[in-house]
Amino acid sequence: MTTQTALQTPVNRYGKWYKVGVLVLLVALYAWAVSGIPFTGIQSTAGEVARSILYGMFHPDWGFVYQPGGEDLLRGLLDTLSIAFLGTSVAAILAVPFAFWSAQNLHKYKTVSGSGKAILSLIRTFPEVVVALLFIKAVGPGSFAGVLALGLHFVGMLGKWFAEAMESIDLGPMEALTASGANRLQALWFAVVPQVMPHFTSLTLYGFEISVRSATILGIIGAGGIGTPLIFALQSRSWSRVGIILLGIIVMVTLIDYLSGFLRKKLV
Amino acid sequence: MAAKWYKLPLYNFRRERCYCGAKKGRFDGPMIEFQSVSKVYPNGTVGLKDIQLTIYPGEFVVIVGLSGAGKSTLLRSINRLHEITHGEILIDGKSITAARGKPLRMLRRDIGMIFQNFNLVKRSTVLRNVLSGRVAYHSTLRTLLGLFPREDVELALKALERVNIRDKAFVRADQLSGGQQQRVSIARALAQGAKIILADEPVASLDPLTTKQVMDDLKRINQESGITTMVNLHFVDLAREYATRIIGLRAGQLVFDGPVEAATDEAFAEIYGRPIDKDELLGRNGA
Amino acid sequence: MMTVPSKVATRSKSALTTVILFLLLWGSAVRTHTDLGHLVSGIGNMGDLFAEMVPPHSKYAQKIVNPLVQTLQMAILGTSLGGIVALPFVLLAARNVTRAPWLSWPARIVLNLIRTIPDLLLASIFVAIFGIGAFSGVLSLAVLSFGIISKLWYESAEAIDDGPLEAMTAVGANKLQWIAFGVVPQVLPIFTAHLLYTFEINVRAATILGLVGAGGIGLYLNNTLGLFQYQNTSVIVIAMLMIVFVIDFTSTKLRERLL
Ligand SMILES: Nc1ncnc2c1ncn2[C@@H]1O[C@H](COP(=O)(O)OP(=O)(O)OP(=O)(O)O)[C@@H](O)[C@H]1O
Ligand SMILES: [Mg+2]
Repeated sequence: MTTQTALQTPVNRYGKWYKVGVLVLLVALYAWAVSGIPFTGIQSTAGEVARSILYGMFHPDWGFVYQPGGEDLLRGLLDTLSIAFLGTSVAAILAVPFAFWSAQNLHKYKTVSGSGKAILSLIRTFPEVVVALLFIKAVGPGSFAGVLALGLHFVGMLGKWFAEAMESIDLGPMEALTASGANRLQALWFAVVPQVMPHFTSLTLYGFEISVRSATILGIIGAGGIGTPLIFALQSRSWSRVGIILLGIIVMVTLIDYLSGFLRKKLV
Repeated sequence: MAAKWYKLPLYNFRRERCYCGAKKGRFDGPMIEFQSVSKVYPNGTVGLKDIQLTIYPGEFVVIVGLSGAGKSTLLRSINRLHEITHGEILIDGKSITAARGKPLRMLRRDIGMIFQNFNLVKRSTVLRNVLSGRVAYHSTLRTLLGLFPREDVELALKALERVNIRDKAFVRADQLSGGQQQRVSIARALAQGAKIILADEPVASLDPLTTKQVMDDLKRINQESGITTMVNLHFVDLAREYATRIIGLRAGQLVFDGPVEAATDEAFAEIYGRPIDKDELLGRNGA
Repeated sequence: MMTVPSKVATRSKSALTTVILFLLLWGSAVRTHTDLGHLVSGIGNMGDLFAEMVPPHSKYAQKIVNPLVQTLQMAILGTSLGGIVALPFVLLAARNVTRAPWLSWPARIVLNLIRTIPDLLLASIFVAIFGIGAFSGVLSLAVLSFGIISKLWYESAEAIDDGPLEAMTAVGANKLQWIAFGVVPQVLPIFTAHLLYTFEINVRAATILGLVGAGGIGLYLNNTLGLFQYQNTSVIVIAMLMIVFVIDFTSTKLRERLL
């Protein structure tokens, strides 16, 4: 009864002030946000540069696609793909034990899975670019730093997804195996692994899609891949080269998305 | 045979049935007129076949027929949620078939619709759902800002009162039971100020008791305000209990049209193409 | 009879998959100059770096308050701008709202193409156009959010219940009223949740945009690393983690309440 009378009172009155309050808050928030962005330093050449970039996009430097001697678009893209592929693969392997650790339904105590999840979320919180910068400091610039950075970051991502996939499985078979005298490892291997394998594969493919995107920018900070020639082209203002690299990235990412989406659909 | 009942001199719905509350000036003209209406779906299915039908103000028409007979198609052609492929439908003398844009919306404004699954916005309050029936009366800007005039709010509350759920006005629609939700959608049609109410299996997802309440609401509104009402029903006994006139469809064709008294078991057997089944009865007395 | 050949087929299929996988792995390792020894020494080097980063130089914390605040401001503005621009595109791209394929298809293609461009790349381009500073950062975040949010939005707009839309048609509403009363109330909470989610992503992105000069805390990260002030670096990294963590946490809680 009490709830009914509470709900009966017209929400309008209260709602009006509520709305005004939210509005005032929003205005204040935006005023504050805008105050932090300096608009004075905008280049006077902005329009011109934008036009040149657009021009470059529509007149790409086709010659850069393949150059027999050296750094060209195809090799840059190949490097990028290699970094992403290796990074994701390593991460997928490392993520499996983490997933078993942090899947809640496989442990009696919540602290076990909780600690695993905490570690994974700590790893994920580091943006991969920051990780890459640190790795560059540690092992020097180049693709290898990129692989390490992506590998580490994606352990965090895949570990979480794997654990979630594992939490959604049917525990009946595991009970059945335990009942028939299997030890823990056997039970996991015969009851859990077959159930989660397709999920893991699909999630890894999805992770690969994302890591390809990440890998394209690693070169900007020196961790190999197509980002390196891109940042050179930007700095030397050769817009038609920027154009062809952008095109290359768009085409590659779209193709990978499409391919991986196709494979994932076949898996489930 | 039975389909030609209106040729008989005895029955005249205009005199007998719609005295109740129909407004002046509407007495003479038919409320809904189907002029040799046919509908073929894009995939070739025949939905309606040469329907010739006149509904007078204040009638309570129940449409019966097997699943797939074309009941929904018939009802939805009236407010043009479905397009017909041949013929013409007149609402209170105006062709809805030819109407476009604003005139179409104005015609629709006069026709309330009640759906099997209520079609309420679940997250909005009951009042807002009812008020949404009023949008076609006001300018776009006004309605987008939610500035309904006070009369509209009162109208909406009154409509809720008529279906006995005024106390739920400020409750979110998803907190209501199915029967209550259906009454909200009846209130929406009432607040809309509709001259016609179309109800497509309004009780199909309700239990027998709630079914009775909702049907009683529809009947009462029909009698009090003289709103022309057309209802699709699955249950023969419900049709007999509430209808003043029964229309039978089979494979898109009109196979029966007569007053409820003429709808004998034989007539139903003809509509269904077989004797009445147990599950076509709601069977409120037994089991 | 039937199972024998198919078993052989599955076997050879999975064998083939394994071989291809290994070839790809090997090729990737060659291209990226990775080998196991390298890997071990790399992890060792990382350990050395970490050793140099502790203890964090706590005094440095005062210096990064301003860029940290700016990072948040950039994320707020970027997300909002992206969301505002995305709205009309979303209505166009959602097939149950715009029932004209010749409008929804081009809208989708534009959205999908924009989504392929990663954050730092956008920032590098905007820095080239507008110069170094947070303004370029806001614009790149706007484009980034546009790409992310429009897809989330049109997919959830397509998942709404058709019933209320039909009811609004039956009531005689015009297209705008139809959207306001049929679509908006259904999508509002989920759209807000997506906006918050995009904001989380933007905060992460905003922390690194400074690396290419697009404002925020990232610039300081680069500087301290370049000057080998690793104890300052660790302060920045901790600050970044904290801000990302706090935003993620609050936003996740808010999103849970919305849905
Ligand atoms: N969108 C559509 N496209 C093609 N055919 C349709 C479509 N909608 C309905 N039909 C067909 O039209 C015929 C009439 O359908 P309708 O929905 O009007 O039947 P109904 O009498 O309302 O049935 P029910 O009692 O099951 O609701 C059926 O044969 C049906 O298969
Ligand atoms: Mg039907």
